[in-house]
Amino acid sequence: MVPRSRAGLRFLGGKTGLLAGLAVPLAACNRGILDPVGPVGGAEKTILINSTAIMLAIIIPTMLATVAFAWWFRRGNNKAEYRPDWEYSGAIEMVVWGIPVLTIMLLGGITWISSHDLEPSKPLDSPVKPLTVEVVSLDWKWLFIYPDQGVATVNQLVVPAGTPLNLKLTSATVWNSFFVPQFGSMIYTMPRMTTRLNLQADRQGIYDGLSSHFSGDGFPGMQFKAHVVPPEQFAAWANGARSNGLALDAKSYADLSKPSSYVKPMTYGTVTPGLFNAIATKGGPPPLPPVPPATEQGG
Amino acid sequence: MFGKLTWDAIPFDEPIPLVTSLVVILAVVGTGIWVWRKGWWPALWHGYITSTDHKKIGIMYIVLALLMLVRGFADAIMMRAQQSLAIGASQGYLPPDHYNQIFSAHGTIMIFFVAMPFVIGFMNFAVPLQLGVRDVAFPTMNNVSFWLTASGALLVNLSLFIGEFARTGWLAFPPLSEKEFSPGVGVDYYLVALQISGVGTLLTGVNFVTTILKTRAPGMSYLRMPVFCWTSLASNLLIIAAFPVLTVTLALLMLDRYLGFHFFTNDGGGNSMLYMNLIWVWGHPEVYILVLPAFGIFSEVAATFSGKPLFGYRSMVFATLAICIISFCVWLHHFFTMGAGANVNAIFGIASMIIGIPTGVKIYNWLFTMYGGRVRFNVPMYYLIGFMLTFVLGGLTGVLLAIPAVDFLVHNSLFLVAHFHHVIIGGVVFAIMAGYTYWFPKAFGFTLDERLGKAIFWCWFIGFHLAFMPLYVLGFWGATRRMQHIPDASWAPWLNVAFFGAAIIGLGIALTVVQLLYSIKTRDQRRDVTGDPWDGRTLEWLTLSPPPHYNFAVLPDVHGEEAYWTRKQTAIKEDRLIDEPNYQPIEMPIDTPTGVICALFASICGFAVIWHIWWLAILGLIGAFAIFVWYAWQDEHEHIIPVDEVRENARERRRIRMEHLHSLSQST
Repeated sequence: MVPRSRAGLRFLGGKTGLLAGLAVPLAACNRGILDPVGPVGGAEKTILINSTAIMLAIIIPTMLATVAFAWWFRRGNNKAEYRPDWEYSGAIEMVVWGIPVLTIMLLGGITWISSHDLEPSKPLDSPVKPLTVEVVSLDWKWLFIYPDQGVATVNQLVVPAGTPLNLKLTSATVWNSFFVPQFGSMIYTMPRMTTRLNLQADRQGIYDGLSSHFSGDGFPGMQFKAHVVPPEQFAAWANGARSNGLALDAKSYADLSKPSSYVKPMTYGTVTPGLFNAIATKGGPPPLPPVPPATEQGG
Repeated sequence: MFGKLTWDAIPFDEPIPLVTSLVVILAVVGTGIWVWRKGWWPALWHGYITSTDHKKIGIMYIVLALLMLVRGFADAIMMRAQQSLAIGASQGYLPPDHYNQIFSAHGTIMIFFVAMPFVIGFMNFAVPLQLGVRDVAFPTMNNVSFWLTASGALLVNLSLFIGEFARTGWLAFPPLSEKEFSPGVGVDYYLVALQISGVGTLLTGVNFVTTILKTRAPGMSYLRMPVFCWTSLASNLLIIAAFPVLTVTLALLMLDRYLGFHFFTNDGGGNSMLYMNLIWVWGHPEVYILVLPAFGIFSEVAATFSGKPLFGYRSMVFATLAICIISFCVWLHHFFTMGAGANVNAIFGIASMIIGIPTGVKIYNWLFTMYGGRVRFNVPMYYLIGFMLTFVLGGLTGVLLAIPAVDFLVHNSLFLVAHFHHVIIGGVVFAIMAGYTYWFPKAFGFTLDERLGKAIFWCWFIGFHLAFMPLYVLGFWGATRRMQHIPDASWAPWLNVAFFGAAIIGLGIALTVVQLLYSIKTRDQRRDVTGDPWDGRTLEWLTLSPPPHYNFAVLPDVHGEEAYWTRKQTAIKEDRLIDEPNYQPIEMPIDTPTGVICALFASICGFAVIWHIWWLAILGLIGAFAIFVWYAWQDEHEHIIPVDEVRENARERRRIRMEHLHSLSQST
């Protein structure tokens, strides 16, 4: 709701200047899942197109036959032979069962192999050491914690190009789904549970990210940007964030977790260790901050 | 005294629901007064409201479905308008709390109070006639089923005026639907309305399985039943198996909300993944509860209007039962993105695709039914061909969604929204419109206007493609569903096309009303005097239009797969009807207000539960129970139709049939 999004204005002071500089030449381009920028999205797009082609090879002739049969055997076409009692043909039965069976066997094979190859929790095959990011969906924004870098961001995912991403995801409130269409696979974020997702982005740029599972009134404001930058720039960004950012501790997390939507990106320079595990197992950092009524009115 | 109910529940500050409610209330009261002044109340009360005649109950179901279709469509066009307006900087005209209620109500109403009543209405109307019997197994229970469904529809619509509806989507996933995140009465309206109508649906399932298994005309063996009866049997078996799951799932959520249980909550050991599994264990078979009877309608239409028997009857029956069973093994494909692991995802993905095999076979069987036929392009045939062209593509996108690796890209997106509208409009709605046109003359004794019928078809066909093909494209671009605000301005043209398509569908719905009124006005030009306007093949065309309450003076003796067609051809060949049988008096169930009174109390109880008015809830419950006790103590449940009346009607029918057969034999 509009009034609630005001709460987000408090966080507008995030340190985004550093990123703005490197983002200028790369205008946000969004061509969705048909323009993947990494191996996961690329493989999935290929399966999408191949499967469609396999099925169209069966479906288009069927559609043509539908129109042709209906037209040729119309009443009034005396050239068409009327066979009022013809209702069975073993040969045709075999073909009409055979065609779908063969198609589904083929697609079933694709399904079995691709489900295993592209299983979201399976680490990607790469010589590069993966980057771990802990993702938390809040009402209604995304928190990204970089445990190895000791920094965190809101509604802005910064990742090095060509580096596998090892995402651990949970939700602090209701279900959401983490999705950057051009990266590939989405996955649910669920309270008190941790899901895993492995992705990789090879092409530099700024890509749209969103929640793809409805989560309440502020849901459409859960958009974020995924910045894919060269690895050295990523390291520089993390260093800059550490020196400039705010601290993400129990208190600031309590502020952050208040409902707000359309929240501008922001950065935290330090993160209380174990925050993600606390959210994923207990719903919040230990100890849970008391919520006196006065604070609630003030928020 | 009145629980949570205060004047704040009336949306005085929100013009859209307030004005809509007032218009609806005025329309209902106005119609009531009009009916009263015309002196039609007794006829309405005895002929429909309290009727135990399966045909009348079927008609009431379809009237309910048509009314709710208008409501559900109003929600749809409001959503499309919002998404066309709320792009970029604009927030549109609907705030999130209102928009979220609208898409939740749209889904709930379209599935539970449009598609289900339509399908159950056709089963009510046609199954006993096709089986060659006089009624369903439990006629009074049938009336109760209808009124409980209507009670659920009433509560959902009441939420527009008093309080609010759920803002959680049509399946109300927890934890969003838990008290913590949805403290209002919206979710309670959803839960209570579906619990009440769910009981009605379950009773229907019991009723029809019993009817089909236990009461068929002599000689009507299983493999002589029309395919619509087979698909109805499969559909009702699914109802019996699946609806208790829905009832339990919603009951668990009610325990969470009302008594502080922790089945699906975040804390206290709750697990919301359990709800997701349970609701789809019901939800996926539900899709087939709707689409199997639709396949049945198309099978009847294909054979009748091609002028030849259904191709591959036995493989059609086998395919129906295969779908019936496999549909219970695929629920997980609704949440591949939960992260269940590669083996689980792959197995459920492949199981989902396997349903495509019997479905594909059905398509080919309809295709080869036309082959060698003499196809008449009446309105139902338009829908059959439109369906075959549309449904195969909907099936294609369905199989794509069944591949987990593809689903990871398009799950929950507008691609998904386009897919399920593709199969539900292209499959179920087209079948409903075909069935409506096909059986209308049987119900009322005159046909619907053909020209307007074709215009309505084109509105649905073109409107559907314009409304939903753009959503596939937007899905590719990463557009997800249930967005009150659209972030990307470049999507606007596609959304505008979708809005335009929805408007064309709206024109089709408006024309349906026009067609009905026009057909009533000009009914004398289109009387169905023979009872067999389409040169039919199944037993409902043996009797008159509209059929007498008891359907058949003597239960027909069935020989062969196409009971009526066989009999008709023999009669034409021999130029005589079968010998006049020895007519007997007929015992038929009497009308009873049990159903409508029970549903009234159920509505009161439901309303009271929603608003925590506990004394009223107890009163409602006692009232609903008491009416059954009263009914059980009645001595007379049947009345006798004297043999003279039966004989007289039957002789008149034989005379008409003989004339009809002569005209048929001359034309061929």
